[in-house]
Amino acid sequence: MFLEPYSLLFIVFAALLVFAAVMVVCSRNPVTSALYLVYAFFNAAILWMLLYAEFLSLVLIFVYVGAVMTLFLFVVMMLNIDVAVLRQGFVRYLPLGVLVLALMAGIMIVAIRPLHYVTSNSVSLMQANNIHSIGIALFDRQMVYPFELAGVLLLAAILSAIMLTHRGRPSRKVQDINAQLAASKADRLTIVNIPSKAAPGEEPSV
Amino acid sequence: MIKQGILFLLPLIWIVIKIVIVLVPLLVAVAYLTLAERRVIGAIQVRIGPNRVGLWGFGQPIADAVKLFFKESISPTAASRKLFIFAPVISLAPALAAWAAIPFQSGWVLANINAGVLYILAMTSLGVYGILISGWASNSKYAFFGAMRSAAQVISYEIAMGFALVGVLMAAGSANFTQIVLHQHGGFWHWYWLPLLPLFVVYWISGIAETNRLPFDMAEGESEIVAGFHVEYSGMGFALFFLAEYANMILISALAALLFLGGWLSPFEGIPGLAFLFAWVPGIIWFVIKISMFLFLLIWIRATLPRYRYDQIMRLGWKVLIPVTLVWIVLLSIAILTHLPPWFN
Repeated sequence: MFLEPYSLLFIVFAALLVFAAVMVVCSRNPVTSALYLVYAFFNAAILWMLLYAEFLSLVLIFVYVGAVMTLFLFVVMMLNIDVAVLRQGFVRYLPLGVLVLALMAGIMIVAIRPLHYVTSNSVSLMQANNIHSIGIALFDRQMVYPFELAGVLLLAAILSAIMLTHRGRPSRKVQDINAQLAASKADRLTIVNIPSKAAPGEEPSV
Repeated sequence: MIKQGILFLLPLIWIVIKIVIVLVPLLVAVAYLTLAERRVIGAIQVRIGPNRVGLWGFGQPIADAVKLFFKESISPTAASRKLFIFAPVISLAPALAAWAAIPFQSGWVLANINAGVLYILAMTSLGVYGILISGWASNSKYAFFGAMRSAAQVISYEIAMGFALVGVLMAAGSANFTQIVLHQHGGFWHWYWLPLLPLFVVYWISGIAETNRLPFDMAEGESEIVAGFHVEYSGMGFALFFLAEYANMILISALAALLFLGGWLSPFEGIPGLAFLFAWVPGIIWFVIKISMFLFLLIWIRATLPRYRYDQIMRLGWKVLIPVTLVWIVLLSIAILTHLPPWFN
């Protein structure tokens, strides 16, 4: 059977996505795990691209791969994680893990069956401008207030997280930028006039 | 079935040919940009620069490439070998992939996608992985420091750059590069550098920071952390990092030309005599001239400014550039809503 190019691409990238997701759990090194997660995001982005959801796909790469995972990797690289300790009890808790996995998969299958969606014609999807339609959906009368509210809530959460954790210890050794900018030549430099002494056998100058 | 296969393969081969047509001149430009940089910096520092290999030193990049190609590739003990080899590749690949959405002239574009600007942003945001992975995989303190610094810096400046590009998107009403350029029709004073001047400046500064060029080359910092993320690399690995940096320089310049200086549009448009006189010049020539101008500016900045201190870089990114873009986006939306002539009517 000759597969359509698009379904062939879908199968390839879906398989890669599953492989990457499995490797996130199975790889021995936390940094490698994080990198496989990046790879999984990337494959998911490609799958979205195949659905003509170019905006969501690129935002997934830009936000998750480009920013969130970079920070994640940043932290994971700095931690010296002992993998052996984390692996203890892997087999013991395996049945419970499988149960949770089966439950989650069941819920997902029930919740996102094709039945809940109206399958739309892919040709019309192709011609629609993704950014435009998402913009209309998010910023029209119905959605704009919940959307803005969510934004303000997130901002408040960010600010409160910073306020709670950032105490500004007085013993921190950081530069005080304002003091540096306020410094002037007069603060740092004094010009002293030292009369020169005459070397032996020479006429005193000045 | 075979016919179907051929119908599938033919466009694929055509795309590959087009990719080669874009990439070969790009890589030649990268090679000669290294020479241009050395000669220009030489001139700025009142010395000659490399002029021995071939005519006027034109063989120098080839000699360098051959030298790097034949050097032994060393990898440190206890380095993560696979990632160590993979890092330069992931550094170069996005720098080249980003060129898919860049139009060189009206219609001369590999993929004329609607979300072109977003695609470029996504690709440039991947470049940091090369630095991060190389820093970690080298198992070296200096390389790790370089990676950490660079990661924090690139993420910070990506936000400022993203906001600057949001301004362009708002002004043009499209994320497609061809549309953005065509919206700037009408000569020098209609290009977006003027209505978006603060965003242009912010874009340019964060572009320099994104490519890790002086004065923001925290990732390398020769005087502080030897050579930063690529200190352990030799031979081809080092050459790939070099290629990626210079390809990114050209990309940032090309973006600046497209978004703020009217891309392939002639600067004499709308001026009675000159417009006619220069009408025969193809658009790609103007585009290349604009890119070269920005590249010269990058080299000039490198030769002129000393390296920033790390906390000052962070301060500039978060406390100066981002607020500037936020304020200007609000002003810009007012200008667009009031149809401010001559740009938004």
